[in-house]
Amino acid sequence: MTVETVHLEGHIIDSLTLSKVLDLIVQHGGSYEIVRFRVGTRRSDPSSADIAVSAENEDHLEAILHLIGQHGAERPAGNAELRPAPADGVFPEQFYSTTNLESFVRVGDSWIPVENIEMDCGIRVTGLGASPAAACVPVHRVKRGDLIVVGDRGVRVQPLPRREAESVFGFMGSGVSTERPKELVVAAVARAMQAVREQGRRILFVGGPAIVHTGAAPWLEAVIRAGWIDVLFAGNALAAHDIEQAMLGTSLGIDLRTGLPASHGHEHHLRAINAIRAAGGIRQAVEAGLLARGIMHACIVHGVPFVLAGSIRDDGPLPEVITDSVRAQDAMREHVRGVGIAIMAATTLHSVATGNLLPASVETVCVDSDADTVIKLVDRGTHQAHGLVTDCEFFIKELAARLPGVVLP
Amino acid sequence: MITPRPRLLMCPPDAYDLRYEINAWMSLRNRPDVSRAREQWRALHRVLTEQAGAEVELITQAPNAPDMVFTANAGLVAGARVFLSRFRHPERQVEEEPFRRWFQAHGFEVREPPPGIHFEGEGDALFAGDTLVAGYLKRSDIAAHRWLAAELGIPVLSLELVDPRWYHLDTAFFALTPDLIVHYPGAFDEYARRALRHRFETIEVAEEEAMRFACNSVVLGRHVVIPEGCPRLGAELERRGWRVHPVPMTEFLKSGGACKCLALHLGQVLPAA
Repeated sequence: MTVETVHLEGHIIDSLTLSKVLDLIVQHGGSYEIVRFRVGTRRSDPSSADIAVSAENEDHLEAILHLIGQHGAERPAGNAELRPAPADGVFPEQFYSTTNLESFVRVGDSWIPVENIEMDCGIRVTGLGASPAAACVPVHRVKRGDLIVVGDRGVRVQPLPRREAESVFGFMGSGVSTERPKELVVAAVARAMQAVREQGRRILFVGGPAIVHTGAAPWLEAVIRAGWIDVLFAGNALAAHDIEQAMLGTSLGIDLRTGLPASHGHEHHLRAINAIRAAGGIRQAVEAGLLARGIMHACIVHGVPFVLAGSIRDDGPLPEVITDSVRAQDAMREHVRGVGIAIMAATTLHSVATGNLLPASVETVCVDSDADTVIKLVDRGTHQAHGLVTDCEFFIKELAARLPGVVLP
Repeated sequence: MITPRPRLLMCPPDAYDLRYEINAWMSLRNRPDVSRAREQWRALHRVLTEQAGAEVELITQAPNAPDMVFTANAGLVAGARVFLSRFRHPERQVEEEPFRRWFQAHGFEVREPPPGIHFEGEGDALFAGDTLVAGYLKRSDIAAHRWLAAELGIPVLSLELVDPRWYHLDTAFFALTPDLIVHYPGAFDEYARRALRHRFETIEVAEEEAMRFACNSVVLGRHVVIPEGCPRLGAELERRGWRVHPVPMTEFLKSGGACKCLALHLGQVLPAA
């Protein structure tokens, strides 16, 4: 499939030009998606639409674009405009703001892909002349003089393919599944993880502390030990309560075997954090034999990298926690390369933060007991996310049971 | 209240001829009788000035521009501005310069279409109240409609012309009032027909009369100046209270033009947006 986005503007509703252009695309074997639509607010105002036209191949697309061009559907004219960044950490005015969709820029009269696409960044072009390359760049990483794409001209965005009914998540559509059989969804996630592995891509897990509070930590630990997770993103809390549980048997002071509060249990996570700080870090604590089980232990022992991003309400924090948010984002950026599926459980903050960094082509599953978390994630631009509204304990236990090679606790 | 007399621009046919074929009506084997054409032009001028109450300005025809008599194609006038034409055919592009000079000399603010965009003036753009009805595909580009909409700040109804015989909007459409229009549906695609029916009360012209350029008529208040040989439309207009003035146009029909093509509205006052 080849796609190009055209712009149609004018009194296209009253004149029925929009209907005509869309009909023509379909009549000639193409398909379309209206990427952006603005209706004139007064009768005299023109309306405008950005229409992504898809066709089988370049020739077919060319024929359709020529046809609808006569009715005013304009192709992005010419090469992208580039302007130097005026200072370190500052984009030139009118910079093109990225989406998380696969994107291309037209440089030297040919389309080149934008590497490492993520939403809300700019596009930096290097190697003009000989071998131009384009990459997504967050604002804080731009250097004075870097050539940045300005305006919409010469930028092409590849819309996500419509979900095929037979794909693993086909039955879910893209909504939030409060009313779909949950076991089917978990089975689909397990299959998707296996498919991602077969494609040689990586599996990212993003988790919140409720995984530990609900008693699901041993199951997640088993999944990690079986080698099903390639990178873990979390905050201070998941790691702190996991270590609290590993060292003291409680999570937020609740004894996970009895469900009853332990004496002075509210201090437990602080004692756990303090012990890790005393050891110099999680890795050192594992090597010293101080930390002998749990999620973080499994990560260290099995060489699974993790990024612990700090937040304003953290206790401690643990020494590995990155408290500079911008640095934490950059660390997460390094680890999302090559990720084929992201599974997010029981965390709004880290789910949205991760969603911001992911290309829309990464399958994203968000599990939370609150539908709001999923809705927030999608509203902030991670449109590809599948939502499963359920308790993370059920999800993780069910997932562990369905993945080959997992030794259940 | 004194209503100012409507002003028109016409071009006496001193160098009118048929020297090329750029529309379905033109044939070098069927050239106009030039002296008869002069008589027909004078008759039209007389009806417009003496019966329909128009004031007519004249422009001298350039010797290398045989179609310059069709002044409606020179541009579109709105208030003190003229949106100049850029003809699709090189044969007619020679008219652009003499018209530009005339408009400049007569105090108009001259606007040109954006680069690479064709626009053929009132041939393809006619006001109906606060709507600009505009044709495209045969001669004018739809991109010109966007330009006019932006310049004028009014809605533009873009209509696709599909039959080579009705190559300009004004060969198949005219407005009687802001809400009542006359058209030949066969000239337009289905979307345009639907858009017209949705926006206006319509009077349809039969193909036989459309072939005699019934739609190439000049409306001045309650007067309609139409080509001879269109009795059905004439009767319908009279029934609705218009005064109809048929004028013989045979020699101009050979070039694909008639009454309206021979007269451009000047001093059209734009309705407040």
